[in-house]
Amino acid sequence: MPEKEYVCIVCPNSCRLTVRETGGEVEVTGAGCARGVEHGKNEYTNPMRMLTTTVAVKDGIHPRLSVVSDGEIPREKMKECLDYLYGIEVQAPVKAGEVLAENICGTGVNILASRSMRQM
Amino acid sequence: MKKIRTDIAVIGGGPAGMAAALEAKRQGAGDVMIIERDVEPGGILQQCIHDGFGLHRFKKRMAGTEYAQVFIDEIEQTDIKVLTDTMVLEVTQEKTIYACNSRDGMLEIDAKAVILSMGCRERTASQVLLYGYRPAGVLTAGTVQRYINLEGYLPGTSAVILGSGDIGLIMARRMTLEHIEVKGVYEVMPNPGGLTRNIVQCLDDYHIPLHLSTSVTKIHGKKRIEGVTVAKLDENRKVIPGTEEYISCDLLVLAVGLIPENELSIQAGIELDPRTKGPVLDNRFMTSVPGIFAAGNVAVVFDLVDYVSQSGEIAARGAVDYINGKPMEELSYEETVPAGNINFIVPQRIVRGETADTTLFMRVKKPDKKVAMDCEENGTVIATKRYPFVAPPEMISCTVTVSGSGPLKVEMKEGSGNA
Repeated sequence: MPEKEYVCIVCPNSCRLTVRETGGEVEVTGAGCARGVEHGKNEYTNPMRMLTTTVAVKDGIHPRLSVVSDGEIPREKMKECLDYLYGIEVQAPVKAGEVLAENICGTGVNILASRSMRQM
Repeated sequence: MKKIRTDIAVIGGGPAGMAAALEAKRQGAGDVMIIERDVEPGGILQQCIHDGFGLHRFKKRMAGTEYAQVFIDEIEQTDIKVLTDTMVLEVTQEKTIYACNSRDGMLEIDAKAVILSMGCRERTASQVLLYGYRPAGVLTAGTVQRYINLEGYLPGTSAVILGSGDIGLIMARRMTLEHIEVKGVYEVMPNPGGLTRNIVQCLDDYHIPLHLSTSVTKIHGKKRIEGVTVAKLDENRKVIPGTEEYISCDLLVLAVGLIPENELSIQAGIELDPRTKGPVLDNRFMTSVPGIFAAGNVAVVFDLVDYVSQSGEIAARGAVDYINGKPMEELSYEETVPAGNINFIVPQRIVRGETADTTLFMRVKKPDKKVAMDCEENGTVIATKRYPFVAPPEMISCTVTVSGSGPLKVEMKEGSGNA
């Protein structure tokens, strides 16, 4: 019977969650509310995270341009997405919100410029 | 020397300064100028690429850069003048600013009102009693953040982080994603300094160990850092002999606190509060020098940028009232008095005999749950606020209508138990 411990981050109460899987059923104990139960299940089955990093930018006023995902991506896909982003270079000027990578690594999530960057 | 006149001069184009300049414009100010030492406005937000900003103000999680961009775009729609690449050298009580840049040389800027929004700076190695050789590779977290996120440099290959506040935790993840091996985060206190969310998403996700009640006691290496000695600390924060351990690394990242940057304020003879290390402010966020206001982390280290922007707007409304002739010289004041679990209050004082909506920013001494906070003016409770959860790293803010009839006491009594 697999069992894992998490600290809930839904609110500052920081409940200690225990997640057990019995015959395909995921059970969460220790949560103070329903959102905590949901959070525990998600963390156990498929933790999702926002992706923020930088990409190379040509002719910009800085060498790096900050980017953000427009939704959460599966944590296990994080490395693959980052490796892809390290390989690209964008051309300044860039407008904040511009899509720099569509449906990154098949996650259904787009990567956007999180700032504008003027040309040098 | 080139001379410029302006109605309002804002020193520093970070979140406080940008919000102040925009609010001054909204309130009908004439000439508004931001003086910024970097190549663009935005301040430290330009290197804060992680998300979690703007939850209060925009009701969504934004990257720091996204948050800044909203204000930058709005400024571009106005006639606010942004003087970039310009360093302010001195501010006088007469509200004359001396600055310099490579285009104009020396500049004299005569302002009717000044808003100080220079932000804060990081504590350095010598301020946390790390003495000895000064090899390369000992950097503050903010410096590492700027190198990695803006300038595209990797300042090391294996790192030790001292300090578990949110900045240290965010940099642990950031460096890991950039293929720097983070050997551990070391924290002098017995509890982590940062939010649980960041412990989980920045450390646990990447299996980075957090060592509590442990500090860096020695830096090894002459030209380049080669390693550090860490040791366990007892409850009096003294090294426990025999617990020393050598860890090799070529980067020591210091995330050990922030201090408001008040060199200009001190030079101008502005009174500082030893507790906040920022100017003593009234409920318009005016300093002890009439016509000079302060906002953002130069006033007190906030933790939420949303509050920083809000403080800029308060200061801007004060500055516009000032240049419109509202009398603010020789004011008399009532103190704000923290009581119970409240550690400090900004503003430190309110104008006597004046009814005004006043926003209070406070920190508590210790964590607590289900607490009530009473705001009491001259012995009468004027407002009661309830909080499900309070903790020292999370500033609380509330707005009350004061009459200035006496000292404003803010008391938080013990709640249903320590969190």
